[in-house]
Parts: sequence; C-alpha cells; structure tokens
Amino acid sequence: MSHNDHSVELRPKLVGERVKRTEDPRFLTGVGRYVDDMSPAGMLHVALRRSDQPHARIIGIDVGEAFSVPGVVAIYDASDLDKDVKPAIPTSRMPGYYATPIWPLARGKVRYVGEPVVAIVAESRYAAEDALEHINIEYEPLPFAIRQVDAVKDDAPLLHEEAGTNTIIRREFKRGDVDTAFENAPVTVKGRFRMTRKTAVAMENRSYLAEWDQRKQSLTLHTSSGSPGIIRDVLSGCLDLPGTRLRVIAPDVGGSFGAKGSLYSEEMLVCILARKLARPVKYVSDRLEDLSGTSQAFDELIEAELAVTQDGTLIGLRADVIGDVGAYSIYPWTAALETVQVVSFLPGPYRMEHYRGRIRGVLTPKPPTGPYRGVGRPSSTFAMERLIEMAARKIGMDPVEFRRRNLVRAEEFPYRTASGIIWDKSAFQECLQGACDFVDYPNLVRERDAARKAGRWVGIGLASYAELTGIGSRISVAPGMPINTGTETSRIEIDATGAITAAFGLSSHGQGLETTLAQVIVDELGCKLEDIEVKHGDSSLVPMSSGTYASRSAVLGGGAATLAARVVKAKVLRAAAYLMEQSIEDLDIYDGIIASRNSNQTLTLKEVASAVYTQMGRIPRDQREDLTASETYDPYLGTACSSTHLTMVEVDTETYGVRILRYVVAEDCGKIINPMIVDGQVHGAVAQGIGAALLEEIVHDDQGQVVTASLADYLVPVATSVPNIGIVHIEADLPNNVGGFRGMGEGGTIGAPAAVANAVSDALSHLGVSVETLPVTPERIFQMLRDTNTPRSANST
Amino acid sequence: MTEQKITLSVNGQSYTRMIEPRLLLSDFLRQEIGLTGTHVGCEHGVCGACTVVLDGRSARSCLTLAIQAEGTEIETIEGLGNVDKLGRVQEAFRQHHGLQCGFCTPGFIMAITDMLRHHPLETDDQIREALSGNICRCTGYEHIVNAVRELAKERGPLK
Repeated sequence: MSHNDHSVELRPKLVGERVKRTEDPRFLTGVGRYVDDMSPAGMLHVALRRSDQPHARIIGIDVGEAFSVPGVVAIYDASDLDKDVKPAIPTSRMPGYYATPIWPLARGKVRYVGEPVVAIVAESRYAAEDALEHINIEYEPLPFAIRQVDAVKDDAPLLHEEAGTNTIIRREFKRGDVDTAFENAPVTVKGRFRMTRKTAVAMENRSYLAEWDQRKQSLTLHTSSGSPGIIRDVLSGCLDLPGTRLRVIAPDVGGSFGAKGSLYSEEMLVCILARKLARPVKYVSDRLEDLSGTSQAFDELIEAELAVTQDGTLIGLRADVIGDVGAYSIYPWTAALETVQVVSFLPGPYRMEHYRGRIRGVLTPKPPTGPYRGVGRPSSTFAMERLIEMAARKIGMDPVEFRRRNLVRAEEFPYRTASGIIWDKSAFQECLQGACDFVDYPNLVRERDAARKAGRWVGIGLASYAELTGIGSRISVAPGMPINTGTETSRIEIDATGAITAAFGLSSHGQGLETTLAQVIVDELGCKLEDIEVKHGDSSLVPMSSGTYASRSAVLGGGAATLAARVVKAKVLRAAAYLMEQSIEDLDIYDGIIASRNSNQTLTLKEVASAVYTQMGRIPRDQREDLTASETYDPYLGTACSSTHLTMVEVDTETYGVRILRYVVAEDCGKIINPMIVDGQVHGAVAQGIGAALLEEIVHDDQGQVVTASLADYLVPVATSVPNIGIVHIEADLPNNVGGFRGMGEGGTIGAPAAVANAVSDALSHLGVSVETLPVTPERIFQMLRDTNTPRSANST
Repeated sequence: MTEQKITLSVNGQSYTRMIEPRLLLSDFLRQEIGLTGTHVGCEHGVCGACTVVLDGRSARSCLTLAIQAEGTEIETIEGLGNVDKLGRVQEAFRQHHGLQCGFCTPGFIMAITDMLRHHPLETDDQIREALSGNICRCTGYEHIVNAVRELAKERGPLK
C-alpha cells in the first residue's frame, strides 16, 4: 500500500460497526445445536444419586431393586471406576496449598450436599431417575464446620484429612508500612463486607455427551464448556488417551459466565461410561443439580480499613479476608483464583502507598467456588468502593471529588499498585467524568435532595474500578496455576473455492465471536464477511487453547486473527502480484477483490485461490504457497479496562424494596469491535451485578443443605428488576497490543454491586445504616434499621 | 408404564404417538418429534425457556404433560420462520440484538408472540411486565424491550 493512497485509508472498516450477528438466524429459529439437542443412536442417559449429607463417610451402597426398573443398564459407584480413571489434580505453586483430587464420583466420603455418589445408566432419563429411588446409601455422619469463620479455626473438623488443614490458600500482599500509616492517620473508616455466595445460572444447564468410537478406540466429548481445550488436555491424562483419540467439542453453549469453564465430575463420568459401555452416554443437569452442584462464587468475608487525610487523600488500606472455597479446589483454576484476586485487586484504581491484604481460603462442606463473571473483583470493588464513600462522607467531601483526587491520573501511567498490578493507559479519570456528565451529576444531586425533602429514601452511588483483561503469559490468570492462559491461536485458510475458514480454540457461549472475529479478519485480510466461516469450540482445531473466560477472547482471539490474516494476506498478494505482473507494493485487497494502483486489472480472491490450488503450474513451483496461516498471539501483559458506574436508587419506605431509578456505565474498553455487542455485554453484566446486589444469594442452612434450590428461591433479575442503562464509551489511549482491544465482558458485574450498595447506603444514610452485606434485600434493610435502635459497635475510629 | 395414544398438532402438522402419561410436553416436542428448538431451563416453570403457544396462549411446556395437550394446536419456535426467512419477531430480535447465547430466546419469542396478540404493550413498564415471566441471563433485557417496543408499535393498538 502506498502512503499516498488515501483512498485505501478511507475505506469503511467493519471493526467499529454494529454488524448484525451471523450466528443469530440459527438461534432465532430453534435450530441452534446445544449438547442436549444431540441424540446419537443407542444413546444412554445418566442420572446421579447425590449426597444429602454435608460431610459423611460412605458405609455402604445398596442398589436394592434398581435393576428391576425397565431400561436400567448399569449402576456404578466410585469403586467400580477405579481402574478407568486417574483423578484430576488442580495443582498450584502457591505455598501451603493443597490440591484436592477430583474424581467422577465420591470416594469414601462425601463433602457437600449435592456431590455425585452413584451413577445410574439407563435407556431413558425417566428410567434412570426411577431407579434412583431404589438406591440406599448408608452414611456415617462426620462433624463439619459449615461457615468459613468456623472452618478456619485450628480445631475445626478437617474436610480433607490429607491436607492437614482446612486453610488451603494463604496469601499476603503488602507495600509500605501500613500499621504506622494507620497510627498516624487523621481519618479512618472500616467495615466487615460480604458478598454472599452466588451462582452463575446459565440458562442452559451443564450438559455432556460422550461417544466412544470402538473402531478407532477414540472418544468425542460434546460439552457445554467454555474451555474445551482445557477439558481435552486434562481428560487426556485422566483417561490415558492422546489428543488424537480424544476430541472435546463445545457446540452451541447456552451461557457460562465462568461457571462452565472448569472441569466437572460429570464430564469425566460420561467419558468413562461411554468407553466402558461402548455406547453414547449423556448427562444433562437439571436446575436443582445446577443450584447445588455447579461451581459457586464469591463468599468472602472482608474486614477492611481505609486511612485518609482530612483533605481526602488515600493513605493506606489494610484488609483481612476469609474466602469460603467450598469442598474442593476446582480444576484448573484452583481455590486461589477467586480468593487471591480479592486481595490483589482490593486497592482498586487508586493511588495509594501503604497496603496490606491477607487472604485465607478455607475448605467448607459446600459446592466448590470457581470462576464467575468478574472473579474476585466484584467482592473487592464492593469493599473498596464502600470504604471510599464512607471516607468521603466522614470528611464531608463529595464522593465524586474524593475519587477524582485519588484515581490514578493519565500522567502517572504505568502505575504499579500496592499488590503489583500494573495499570496502564486506561481512562480512569475520564470514565468518572463521563458518567457524571451523562447524568448531569450536580443536577442529579439536587434531584435526590428534593426527593429526600419530600420524604423519599433516594440515594446516589458510584463505583470506579479497573480490571486486568486479555492477560498474556507474563502472569497466570489464576496465581500459581500451571496451565497456559497467555496465548491463543488462530488458523486461517483460504481453500480452493476461495472460501475462508478461520479456526480458533476459543469458545463462544453468547459473546458473538463468530461475528466479531470475522469483523477483525475482514479488515485485515480485505475479504467479505460472508466468505468467512469462524470455527470455534473444538479441541481439534488448534494444538492448544484454554478457551473463553476472563475477558480475553477479543484481545487474544482478535490478536491471533489479526496476525494470521496478515500472513494470509501477504501470501495472497504475492500470488496476485505474480498473476497480475504487478509489484506487491501496488496491490491491495478490499471486499475480496485484489486491485492495483497502476492498472485496471483486478482479481478476485476466488480467482487467486483457483490459480494457487487448482490450476496446476499456473504459479511456478518455487513460488507457490498455500493460502494458510496459523498464528499464536501472546499479549504478554494484560490490558487495563476501567469504568465508573453511577446509579440512583429509591428504597421503598414501607416494603424496603429497592428500585433503580437511573443507571449509567462509562467504560473504556479500547477499540470497540462491535458496539452493539459491547452494549449487550454491558447490559447483561450490569443486570447480573444488580442481581448480586439486590436479589441473588445461595443459602446453606446450618446442616449444609442448600435452601435456595430452585429459581423461585434463588432469584435472578427479570425484565422488571433492571432499568435501561446509559452507556458512555470512552476510547482513551489504546493499549499496546495487536488490535488495541481491551476485554470488557465482565465489567458490569464488577461495578454494579458496589454502585448499588453505595446508592442504597446513601438513601439510608439519614437512618445511620451502611450496607456491608449483599444482596441488600428488604429483609436485610429491615434488620439493619431494627439494629440501629440498639447501639452499634463503632464502625470507625 | 402403560402407554397411551395422543394426537396433536404442532406447527400445523398432526402427530400421533404412543406415550407414557407422565411424559412432559417439552420432552415430547424435543425427543418424540425432534423439535429441539424448545429448550428446558429449569423444569419448574420459572424460567420460561420452554414456552410454547398452546391453543393460542403461551404455556410452559415443562409444566404441561404431553397427554394434556391431546387434541390441541401447538406453535413452537420452528413454526415461526427459518434460517432463510426469519419471522417478524425473530427479525426484530436480530435487528435489536435481543439475544446472546440464544438458549432462552425461543421461549421469549413464543411468549412475545402471545403477548403481541393479547396485551397492550403500550409502555415500557407494560412491556417489561409482559417479559417478566421469562429469564434471560445474557442480555439484561434492554435490547429485548427495544425489539418488543418496535413490534408493538408496528402492530398498533389492540383491537
């Protein structure tokens, strides 16, 4: 391309356009293909008898008359599968960590209500569930500590005796001299913050179908996973099958939000059973099993204290956190993923010298916690942003002005946080300003004050945060974890018909990657959108992939696609230059047509492909090269994605129900590939964050039973629970990665709980209460208001 | 279990099958006649993913026994359009990006098909109320509301 050729620069690009999604027609007409839509001939169904005990020894299993149920084929407990599988070990280099082995069925002991114990295989799910009724499991109940504050004690009953402790994760970050800083601090505020246990509630329940090919002695697992490559790699070891005989496919997947990105016992189980029985075996979770067996989230107890000067400058922060890991450390992310991120992100996007954050991750007899949209940061942002507003209130400063003084400024980038995270080139200040401008903040404050005068409980709350997205190989997504989360591969091929296949190991489960990755390729390669097929979610497409999670696919997938498209484009141009007798510098491709600046001659991609592949001898042997490329991208560092959320809420003075009156998100996600999709991601994530703030809570009673075991009890937002959301896109200095993209899929879930908690606290400030536990349900507000009648322990010094 | 014969119409086509009386309508549609566009999200009638239109009104197919549907006319997502030619509600969802993972989408579209026939849907509050029987975990609903607003406007006031 010539530097003088402005026409090339002015050509419309697809990156940045609201391109309608190419995957939509199949979803809209009911011909998407999710795992449960597949029914290969001879398929068997699995139903699971799950533990009804939180911690007990399995004394005996009696199958009774289960085999008398017509259609029952086989019944297994752990002892039947010993020779068929090795456990998955979620290893980590974290000091003092214990990796709980993961088996398909409970061995010897059960450790949470809902843990799979017995598998029944039958010709239909109905028959398998009928047979469950006949199974009798004799347990010897063992002592247990269901709450993390009890499980962390030295004399607490051990869940995994081999670990010698329930505290399998310990980590501390510190900088400066925090205790001295606090001694001399003019103003401090503190709180005891808790985001209670949540779960992802993807609308498609977890679903697995394994097919054993007797002829090739090979296995195919169709799984509702967000990370088919990780599942392939771990199962290869567990099942002793090389990648050539083990293929893991994530077809259409109905949402994950992180929770489908880990290895599950049932995933191992269907593979073992398919091989054992030489028939396809399917397991589909029902919602009860989902709410009691899918990985859960958050549930840290955060005691944190913030020191500031009278003029509103942050001095230091100290925090002691107990994370409730649940019964197992999840594969591959380990119990460190959620817990350690709470203390590594706690200082937030603020300038601060002194910090100490300690976490202890504790085993409890509850379902394992694992990745859920936002990971660690919803909890840390909730705690930090509450402290920020508490401090602002205490010194009588507007919380916006307080944040403005402490958010890292553009000239300070790259800024190393107290926990070692590097913030770089992200619009911290601009997002704060953008959110305030969008709502006309001074006017909104007047509106709130007027409403209060009229006796309404109205409050405004903000949350500013930054997150690391698109993380490369410099750090692992989960600390100490041995899998590679730093690279992704794209393989692009133009075939003999001129059609383009772009293959990724990433998996799309709602993100619209078939569209956005194609948009990136169109701009780089110069082809037409409709000529590209994006393939994803299949372990056989690229040598290694860890999948879609942690807001990484636009950055890593988009980066890999860009690199591969450039290589393919160079090959197309070399072939075209020969065919057109032009120099490469004078050629360019746009809309699938190769044109020269110096002639009217053009070639289509199809013609070039035909010349390269089909027309023998058309291009000399030593110049002919396949129009393919496979490129792997490693962004090395992560990119900082930042945002400010601002909301105004009203608390009903009689019912204590919270209604959201205004909501705005100002965010910097770098160069936007498809604004329509970004808006949708923001809306969805904010809705989940509002759910976490106001509705969602997994409750285990003192006996370890989950009492929120249906969607009538575990409440997720419906259309009436969420407002329209204003979105301000701020494109600041682009990050130093290929494409200039930042990840953004998780952000809403990070900002919304904190912003809503701050707004509710503001609305109730005249009543002397402060929101420290989420969800802030009407019942909790009632309790808080009742408790203010009795003297509270001093909340600040 | 003793099987019984049922005959019902799905998307204008008549089906006769021998079924167990306990068979759910959702399982009948998905497993007996292979229409897997109707999804099952909770099996307890809360999420709405399994919504179909039964004799003109939306119904939870996971809370309906197939045998209860004897003699009825059922509409499912597959009857509204196809990949080559989307139906009007389907097209509005695409234009407004009213879907992400697509799993809840057929249930929403069937519920909205019913709502457009019977509910005023004149304000956003009415639209959100009408949608509140279905759960979507991806979109945060705003784009779905936008799609329904356009459809309701196009339909005009209920007669």
